[in-house]
Amino acid sequence: MAYFIELLISGALTGLMYSLVALGFVLIYKSAGVPNLAQGALVMTAGYAVWLVMSWGLNVWIAIPVAAAIMFGFGLVVERLLLRRMVGQPVIMVVMLTLGLEILLRGLVPGILGSTPKPIDLGIGFAPIIIGDVFINRTSLYGGIGALLLVGASLLFFRTRLGTKLRAVSDDHVSSWAVGISVERAIGISWGLAGIAAVVAGALWGSQQGVDWTLSTLLFPAIAVVILGGVDSVPGVVVGGILVGVLGTVIPGYLDSIAGGSTRDVVTSLIILLTIMVRPFGIFGREDIERI
Amino acid sequence: MFYRLSGTYHTSYESDRRLWKVPADRWLVAVILVLAVLAPFLVSPLYLGSYVLPWVIWSAAALSLTLLMGMAGQLHFGFAAVMAIGAYASIHLVRAGVPFELALLLSGLIAAVIGAVFGGAALRVKGLYLVMATLAMQYLVDWVVVNVPAISGGAHATLRTPAVTFLFLPLDSLASRYWLALGWAAVLTVFFMNVKRSSFGRALVAIRDKDFAAAVIGVDPFRTKLVAFFTSSFMGGVSGAILAFCFYRAVTPEQFGFNVSIQLVAMVLVGGLGSVIGAYLGAGFVLLAPIFLTNIISGLAASGWVPVSQNFLSHLPLMIYGAMIIGFLLLEPLGLAKIYDNIRKYFLVWPFRHARS
Repeated sequence: MAYFIELLISGALTGLMYSLVALGFVLIYKSAGVPNLAQGALVMTAGYAVWLVMSWGLNVWIAIPVAAAIMFGFGLVVERLLLRRMVGQPVIMVVMLTLGLEILLRGLVPGILGSTPKPIDLGIGFAPIIIGDVFINRTSLYGGIGALLLVGASLLFFRTRLGTKLRAVSDDHVSSWAVGISVERAIGISWGLAGIAAVVAGALWGSQQGVDWTLSTLLFPAIAVVILGGVDSVPGVVVGGILVGVLGTVIPGYLDSIAGGSTRDVVTSLIILLTIMVRPFGIFGREDIERI
Repeated sequence: MFYRLSGTYHTSYESDRRLWKVPADRWLVAVILVLAVLAPFLVSPLYLGSYVLPWVIWSAAALSLTLLMGMAGQLHFGFAAVMAIGAYASIHLVRAGVPFELALLLSGLIAAVIGAVFGGAALRVKGLYLVMATLAMQYLVDWVVVNVPAISGGAHATLRTPAVTFLFLPLDSLASRYWLALGWAAVLTVFFMNVKRSSFGRALVAIRDKDFAAAVIGVDPFRTKLVAFFTSSFMGGVSGAILAFCFYRAVTPEQFGFNVSIQLVAMVLVGGLGSVIGAYLGAGFVLLAPIFLTNIISGLAASGWVPVSQNFLSHLPLMIYGAMIIGFLLLEPLGLAKIYDNIRKYFLVWPFRHARS
């Protein structure tokens, strides 16, 4: 029983950390309608950015805001240089462009900054928290709390003046132009915000497993989270994240020894497939009605 | 200049349906075919085995995917899994004593049946969701291949292809394996050039442009999409078997991973969606350009012209590959086939400026 509860809790916390990665995807899809398959590479780049700023001799709690500023700028640049020219192109072009960006970053960033794993020490410590018989990973716990805070902050952000503009843009580009909202700027800002979410994700995941290219493989569970929660729903990210995390930890916890390992990928794949077969727009997503 | 035409006018259905609308195209293809057949005598075995042979096989794979992505407009990010099914099926069939010719067809059929299951997702969703569904199926097939010892021979095992004969000719020399691959690529090319003129090809194009509208004018989207997935997976499965027997000769699950699927989609996109010549150009470009550019830059680095570290050099192919995808999508979304088409149109009416073909 203690084993089950331990799997449950660590799964939920891991899932919340997946939702940090998924948040960037949702922010961009919600405003621009662009599926951002480069979010995994953005998280990796953000992890490298935090490490780079720390290597200048700055404290980690100063380094994270500095890296956030860098990644915000990076998101703006990506939107301006690449995505703006993709307006009106078919979805395969956009998907492939973001995948190209993913591949480019996965080569470029470790190529320049070194491919050996870089440590990020957030000063959390590695001793587990013990409640009864249950061990809880301290980094995951802080990661889960961080994820909840960030998702809450983004929900509050959507109530501000700028957030209202972003919501308007997500509803309808043309009408937003008509009432004087700069759609291009709003989409750029959402890319910047995705960059900031990537910094938090990169710092927390990097403190858990070190910063190297494997951070970009977080894209796959993040996609499951996004599909399950709905591609345009911020609260869906939390619910989807917890579900994907719990299922992806509890089931492999019992099956891995029988089926020969890495059943987590199978569970994640099945979650994606079943969601798409049963309810393509996810739990909280908005169903689009298609016209000829 | 080459084409001796000043504009081509397809004024009748008969001339529009013709396979070679410009006579010079036929001569061009004939010359390239002769060169390709004679390639084992023209280039050194090293170049034949490491550049020309993979180019031909990956072109065949890209052609198979083009049927689905370029003509039917169905996104598929799990095509490497389909090729893996073909490769593993053919090896096991040959080991079980099935003749190689029959094993190729059967492995194609097995890949087609499983590949049509991928199409089940396509019947329900499209666009981004189809990308995700096929991606998930890629991971599932990967996992099954790795974790079922009866298929892969155990985790991290390598499966050697047995020695085989094709139509009584032993496939032991490099040249014979190259000719088999070339033959398969030629079969696919001929199929492609003709399917575009058939009612099936037109149905595929109708589905691509708008499947609701196609259903209104009497094209059955259910049937057409399923047949498209079936056909494309059949060709992909046989291509996977050819890849295993003619090029790799020892198969591991990593050779058909998710990255390979991305590479195939990149070949189709860089070449130009839905074009035969684009599949060849795209496969060659995606496969060879990173190798050549890396060789050039590492040569410069070795001679001290460009100071770069070993770590940077090892990541260089990935960077070039990613930059290439982005560059093509931004600068020429219709791919290399469009560039070729522009050049051709220029010379079609040379020395005048406007082509109406």
